[in-house]
Amino acid sequence: MADLTSHPDEIKIVSSRFGKGAADIEQYLKLDGYKAVQKALTMTPDNIINEVKTSNLRGRGGAGFPTGMKWSFVPKDTAKAKYILVNGDESEPGTCKDRPILEHDPHAVIEGVIIAGLAVGAKIGFVYIRGEYRYLVDIMRKALADAYAKGFLGKNIFGSGKQFDCYWHTGAGAYEVGEESALMESLEGKRGVPRIRPPFPAVVGLWGGPTVINNVETLASVPHIILMGGQKFADFGPPKNGGTRLFCLSGHINKPGVYELPLGYPLKKMIYDVGGGIPNGRKLKAVVPGGSSTFVLTAEEAEQMNMDFDSFGKRGEFLGSGGVVILDDQTCMVKFALRVMKFYQHESCGWCIPCREGTDWLKKTLTRFHNGGGLRKDIDNIKYLAQGILGRSFCPLGDAAAIPTISIVDKWRDEFEMHLGGRPCPFDPAAKITELPVVGAH
Amino acid sequence: MIPVSDKLDQFFTEKMKEYPTRRSFLVPMLLYSQDEVGYLSDEVIAYLAKKTDLTELEVRNVISYYSLLHTKPMGKYHIQVCTNISCMLRGGEEILEHCKKRLGIGHKQTTADGTFSLEEVECIGACSWAPALQVNYDFHENLTPEKTDKVLEQYRTKTG
Repeated sequence: MADLTSHPDEIKIVSSRFGKGAADIEQYLKLDGYKAVQKALTMTPDNIINEVKTSNLRGRGGAGFPTGMKWSFVPKDTAKAKYILVNGDESEPGTCKDRPILEHDPHAVIEGVIIAGLAVGAKIGFVYIRGEYRYLVDIMRKALADAYAKGFLGKNIFGSGKQFDCYWHTGAGAYEVGEESALMESLEGKRGVPRIRPPFPAVVGLWGGPTVINNVETLASVPHIILMGGQKFADFGPPKNGGTRLFCLSGHINKPGVYELPLGYPLKKMIYDVGGGIPNGRKLKAVVPGGSSTFVLTAEEAEQMNMDFDSFGKRGEFLGSGGVVILDDQTCMVKFALRVMKFYQHESCGWCIPCREGTDWLKKTLTRFHNGGGLRKDIDNIKYLAQGILGRSFCPLGDAAAIPTISIVDKWRDEFEMHLGGRPCPFDPAAKITELPVVGAH
Repeated sequence: MIPVSDKLDQFFTEKMKEYPTRRSFLVPMLLYSQDEVGYLSDEVIAYLAKKTDLTELEVRNVISYYSLLHTKPMGKYHIQVCTNISCMLRGGEEILEHCKKRLGIGHKQTTADGTFSLEEVECIGACSWAPALQVNYDFHENLTPEKTDKVLEQYRTKTG
């Protein structure tokens, strides 16, 4: 099913226990399990935070915010209860890396949660896993129960006198809930509509209390950082982009799979070496670097990029979630843009006008366009509508819809023009025209 | 007379204690109630509204947001075929069409005997093992039309 693959260039840190039965707590303990949290219990909160800062660990969910810095935002003195919240709502198209972590190494996540709690003074953690991942919820439930049974969670963890409780929670189908403020709303039993920021969760979060929200992979990296030392982790990657991360290769690629590679790894090598290149004798056309919410790269651009946050940040672009999707030269970019927009239109929470109306209008326009009813002015209109969402929505989902759309129109305008004049899609020999261009149509 | 089993009701009561507000565990309770009862009936909604001290309208308001929650019965085996980007690039749309033909139903429809229902869904997190579908919560990955037939047969023969 969700088979494991490997490549010699991998540096296995967060995936070091994959395939070794470490969901079983006895096996986890044999593989250095729960050593990191015991070390963290001997450190001061500031020391823990400094180690994580030194590691240059940045959020692995997609935004890449420096983890140590996020933890340092939690106020030290407060009467309010503080929380650690694991974002296990992995739903970004192209992304399937938290799934093997939750399947093969759930205790690493628990350990990361406890260490985060020690760092910021939180005594309660929640692991929120998306509703579709039921088998992983079941694995986490058992892992938590086993940790409690051994006294690793509860009133007196590891005999330290400190208390830490950790609970599981599940969603029921909603991409937007992966957005951190919508995640909190969902965990509080409501519709996953985002909150206004500021205040940010580290200051005002769950039930008003300071809350550290981190991705599954981010937290699973923390015990390794504590054991090896922050500097060692940092040194695997370029400056300010520490460590390794899981990349999910998918799409038109010979060896799809989840691979752990150092930050800064060349994308060209990832595609042709790790991924084994493009099947069926075709050529690379485009790459989605990190989930559908990122700017799509042409083949030429992709072959120059290094996979770290700042290499993309310098260009005003995003490394993203680790979901690397490969498109070959027989892919219709208009159809791709349409499918991407269908996703965002469906998942838009509906709260704010730019996203709700913008994604709907774009889906209708792209549908009509791909079905043969496109006019030349539609091409500019698609870009104009997307730019109208960008930077104006209440949460990043609007931006996430606009960003790939803008890049596809900019870089593959010629493919849009190939669909004009009532012509069928040039990449789909079976395509039928279902709409004709009508002057005056939206 | 509650519409879920006593065991499930007890489980909910215990889990609710982990949260500072009564409504916090609502979304999981909706999903687990649906798993047991088959769908979110009026009785289930009334039961959960009472349990969380919310109005039925507030509970329905939450239900309408989440795509796994249904207020009418689906088939015994709900087939969810992903057609998002990684699956689309590897034939996910063809798998969906294949299921429609084989089962004789379309998106969000149920077979007459109630065995199967079908839904086109968004990314289920199987991108590197695409194309993929879920039957209820079970993942079926690296699909071809032939493998899809075997999956459907596997569930068809379960009902005897």
